[in-house]
Amino acid sequence: MIISVASGKGGTGKTTVATNLAFSIGADVRIMDCDVEEPNAHLFLKPEIEEKSIVFTPVPEIDEEKCTFCKKCAEICRFRAIAVMDQIVLTFPELCHSCGGCVAVCPEDAISEIGRELGIMEKGRVNGIDFAHGKLRIGEAMSPPLIRKVRSSVESDKGQLGEKNVGKINIIDAPPGTSCPVIAAMKGTDFVLMVTEPTPFGLHDLKLAVEAVKLLGIPAGLVINRADIGDDTVKEYARKEKLPVLMEIPFDRKIAEVYSKGELIVEKMPEWKDKFRDLYRQINEIGSVKSASHKEK
Amino acid sequence: MKIAVTSKGPDLESQLDPRFGRAAYIIIVDPETLEFEAIDNSENVNAFKGAGIQAATAVSDKGASVLLTGFCGPNAFKVLDAGKIKVVNDAKGTIKDAVRSFNDGKLSFSDGANVEGHWT
Repeated sequence: MIISVASGKGGTGKTTVATNLAFSIGADVRIMDCDVEEPNAHLFLKPEIEEKSIVFTPVPEIDEEKCTFCKKCAEICRFRAIAVMDQIVLTFPELCHSCGGCVAVCPEDAISEIGRELGIMEKGRVNGIDFAHGKLRIGEAMSPPLIRKVRSSVESDKGQLGEKNVGKINIIDAPPGTSCPVIAAMKGTDFVLMVTEPTPFGLHDLKLAVEAVKLLGIPAGLVINRADIGDDTVKEYARKEKLPVLMEIPFDRKIAEVYSKGELIVEKMPEWKDKFRDLYRQINEIGSVKSASHKEK
Repeated sequence: MKIAVTSKGPDLESQLDPRFGRAAYIIIVDPETLEFEAIDNSENVNAFKGAGIQAATAVSDKGASVLLTGFCGPNAFKVLDAGKIKVVNDAKGTIKDAVRSFNDGKLSFSDGANVEGHWT
């Protein structure tokens, strides 16, 4: 089971929900912080980091001795990461999306792939929870390959769950927004838990995120954070979209204080542990019903 | 000698387009005879990424040794520099005006990009 926690709008409480959910379930849980531009789940979980590795993405290197300046590599690159002029070839590694097209089309075998550093990945454990996150290198713009690396390090491909993965609950803390990094974090997950707030901004970005989730065809449910502020438009929208509201977290001073100290709500306010366990139970129900009906098709 | 000028239209009376990579046209002109060729750059106007790189490659392919434009980003400048194409990035007026200013020695060449890249 892979649950991704997404939101559209930033700052709605994705990490709060992801970390407290992980801690409440307890055993056989993995959490992957895929918000690699600004990972923060570690601030709340405080895992002991056991492993650290540098993550690279392949970019082209051209052997000018072999290159005949035929331009085939430049023509196939939709990101314009290679420019070929008369007797000159230039690469722009920061524009490269590592598709390997240039290597495949080069008739002279003049292109090889070298690694460009994207950032680091760290893995560790806390209270029986497996933890992993990525940290994007400062100045780097290309996060999806790092997100995929963080996911693949702990989660096997969907449909090919290895034995060690059976029964494991994987929770992905996704980045905000609806662009490539979010898709990289949500794609192939069994359930998307969307966290929003009942404000016009929250609703606006939620709608965009729901459209993205629909395209991916993943079952989803909603957590409304700071549920007693704002208005009812988020709930009306959820009703219309048949998006179940699985949990509401009030705008509570004590919750805010716990959060501001980098602590978990479920630890400091134990009454929340059952609520988060119930949230998981609901996700599990919806997830298994949906996947069963999916198989029937 | 040929020079490239970014243009809002396909002839010498058109206004110079200050954008380089996403200019509507790139006019390749002989500054002495004013013979010219207009390259339709519309495909690049809506390019997802790397419009400057593509336009710079096109300018090089046409054999121009000078570019008159308004703004030039770092990637485009890198390609132009590698292709030994000199860049004027504060040219204005019609294409004809800009070429005349160039002929009169009123324009000075830039030694770097004058705008930020778009991926940052």
